[in-house]
Amino acid sequence: MMSKIKSFDELKSVQERLKAGRDPKKPCITVCVGTGCLAYGTQKLVDSFREELAKRDLTGRIDFRTSGCHGFCERGPMVVISPEKVFYQRVGLMDAGEIIDKTVLKGEIIDRLLYVDPQTGEKYVHEDDVPFYKKQTRLVFGLNSKVDPQSMEDYLAIGGYSALGKALTTMKPEEIIQEVIKANLRGRGGGGFPAGWKWDETRKAKGEPKYIVCNADEGDPGAYMDRSLTEGNPHLVLEGMIIGAYAIGSSQGYIYVRNEYPLAVKNIHIAMRQAREAGLLGENILGTGFSFDLKINRGGGAFVCGESSALFASLEGRAGEPRAKYIHATDKGLYDKPTNLNNVETWANVPFIIERGADWYASIGTAGSKGTKIFSLVGKINNTGLVEVPMGTTLREIVFDIGGGIPEGRKFKAIQTGGPSGGCIPEKYLDMRVDFDELTKIGSMMGSGGMIVMDERNCMVDMARYFTNFLVSESCGKCVPCREGIRRMRDILVDITEGKGREEDVDLLEKMASSIVDGSLCALGSSAPNPVLSTIRYFRDEYMAHIKEKRCPAGVCKDLITYSVDPEKCTGCTLCAKVCPTGAASGERKKVHAIDPTKCTKCGACRESCKFEAIIVR
Amino acid sequence: MEEKVKEIIQRYSGDKSYLVPILQDVQKEFNYLPKDALYAVSTHLSVPVSRVYEVVTFYKAFSLKPKGRYQLSLCMGTACHVRGGELIARNVADTLGIKEGDTTADLEFSFETVGCLGACALGPILVVNGEYHGHMNIAKSTKILKKLGKKGATDDEQD
Ligand SMILES: Cc1cc2nc3c(=O)[nH]c(=O)nc-3n(C[C@H](O)[C@H](O)[C@H](O)COP(=O)(O)O)c2cc1C
Ligand code: SF4
Ligand code: SF4
Ligand code: SF4
Ligand code: FES
Ligand code: FES
Repeated sequence: MMSKIKSFDELKSVQERLKAGRDPKKPCITVCVGTGCLAYGTQKLVDSFREELAKRDLTGRIDFRTSGCHGFCERGPMVVISPEKVFYQRVGLMDAGEIIDKTVLKGEIIDRLLYVDPQTGEKYVHEDDVPFYKKQTRLVFGLNSKVDPQSMEDYLAIGGYSALGKALTTMKPEEIIQEVIKANLRGRGGGGFPAGWKWDETRKAKGEPKYIVCNADEGDPGAYMDRSLTEGNPHLVLEGMIIGAYAIGSSQGYIYVRNEYPLAVKNIHIAMRQAREAGLLGENILGTGFSFDLKINRGGGAFVCGESSALFASLEGRAGEPRAKYIHATDKGLYDKPTNLNNVETWANVPFIIERGADWYASIGTAGSKGTKIFSLVGKINNTGLVEVPMGTTLREIVFDIGGGIPEGRKFKAIQTGGPSGGCIPEKYLDMRVDFDELTKIGSMMGSGGMIVMDERNCMVDMARYFTNFLVSESCGKCVPCREGIRRMRDILVDITEGKGREEDVDLLEKMASSIVDGSLCALGSSAPNPVLSTIRYFRDEYMAHIKEKRCPAGVCKDLITYSVDPEKCTGCTLCAKVCPTGAASGERKKVHAIDPTKCTKCGACRESCKFEAIIVR
Repeated sequence: MEEKVKEIIQRYSGDKSYLVPILQDVQKEFNYLPKDALYAVSTHLSVPVSRVYEVVTFYKAFSLKPKGRYQLSLCMGTACHVRGGELIARNVADTLGIKEGDTTADLEFSFETVGCLGACALGPILVVNGEYHGHMNIAKSTKILKKLGKKGATDDEQD
């Protein structure tokens, strides 16, 4: 346990002491234990490393650290060996002993654990050279691999809480707000509202106490960067919040995390306790007289609870229904007191702005969007993971240079951004520079940073149906246009995917969209039509193929496709017949198989099992 | 049951604003929210029972019905969806003979779909009693169900 740090100077000496106690040349094995890597069974590897180190009597001589997500979840389990930063991926759960003996002790490289670029065939030894990392700017997220999320010493040793010290001892609250305004930090949770202005409004609002809240609800069903930040570097988020509290004049804050993120809840709890013990949270922070404390609240897992007024209702222990916003939350939010809500990533950017200055920060990014953004690059992409790039990076760079393109040589079709409130972007915009304003211009939005890549086997009508269906179940039901309108849109989309669509449906969908936008109280409703509108805008042909020709070009919509065997490609391996649950697929060994369409339920098992791409879906 | 509920409420110092987490903990304890537990929460937290029900029925994570011994959650987040999650969901539901969100009559299996689990690289993902099974496909899900069905069967359920 750390004793209370009573001044900025003392903080500096603690940091120095910790830094000095760490020999940068001493070997350190870092294993990622983010949620993605844990799902590969990495805990076993961690236990085995500890055992093998102890067995060799190396426990003190070689550092061992577990860290949060490194971003390249596709390649877990993942081990990085410092100081050289040798990068091992897809590490076997029994590989610990070999890594210690060969790489750590003798400096030998284990060839089979190296990353091989699937496109060029080139091998990489060092983490920084791997193309996935090389083309990123991992300002915020990069710290994840440098700290054990449960160790405040780690965070302090890399200079953590310096920004807090600087803010509390050398800056007035107004100066901090001006700095954040000058940096033009925009909210990373969806809307992109300038954080500094919001802080300013809350500071100037009448009413006590003032609250600050961190939105870690992350309701977008295809994004996980907020989780990985909270889980992987909780002190960074805390530091940003404490600075914000001081600037705004708040003594009480809340962190609203979804219950589905147990590791994030745990790590933030630990971080809060450590920060309190060290005098960085609670009464009289760093001996400056400023007091601020935090509570953590677990959300009930409703998408709408990410919306500010619904989130406050949920924090108060009520059902999370949005309220009309005649009055800003900055005036009357949580418990009707002035409240400042920001997203996890927004808070996490604050220490960098304070530490290195607004001018430096504003030098990154585009005219209207500053700094970096973390995206969750997922779907039909080779390098699935979390990527952080400067605002203004093109989609092509993200998808092809960092993401490594589309698997199995298939063709890129679209990229979906902004979650259920966003839209699908077609190939012709691949060279667009991604920032808040550009995405909005083409009918999508930044949202929280989900990027879902789709290939030729994804159907755009089906995607529209998927998101609309999600929103039907997530609408809180307060406004009729949202509750009934989205449901009707979903029904029409289902009809189209089932071959029952009518030509006038597309126009009808567009008309309904505008009344839903007008008649909805919160942004869940008013942005709900985006997935439908953007797919109609860019993929009208696909809608028409479903409606007029009763055909799903991507081979997805069950009622419009038939399964058959390509006699040219079928080798007669019999696998499809084995997995077919209905006996529709059959044939003799080494002879071309066939599918009986009257028995086929279109379950897809045969296509999945065939190694020769011989199952045709049309 | 009442004692357990009291103890959970104690953890939150009887603070009403923690109604949602309290109910989460109660559900964790009993695997669902029995009626008596809801009344106990209402009494000891001094919250009208109607408010408790409002909250319970609003949030999807709460269940008023008992859940199965094996709880299966399939990720239907966007990333898992585009990788074919829907076909797997259909297979699991058909194999169990229930709709998603339901529990089999013998209380052996519950099946639900959920949003992103934060491990999209391994998608599609099937979680069985908290354990992640990645790169799921139709055949693998059938296999997992078979294995559980055999273990879970009391008498003649073997195929
Ligand atoms: C339906 C809905 C869901 C939302 N979900 C989230 C979320 O999960 N996380 C988040 O940070 N913001 C979410 N937002 C945006 C928040 O309302 C709010 O704008 C944001 O948290 C403010 O922080 P920022 O300015 O730092 O982005 C959501 C908005 C709506 C309308
Ligand atoms: S727009 Fe939809 S989600 Fe928002 S308050 Fe109205 S009904 Fe609820
Ligand atoms: S699995 Fe493919 S190759 Fe094998 S028999 Fe079936 S269609 Fe032919
Ligand atoms: S789609 Fe399913 S039912 Fe149809 S042939 Fe293939 S395995 Fe059999
Ligand atoms: S969880 Fe290990 S790299 Fe993402
Ligand atoms: S969408 Fe399934 S884990 Fe992210």
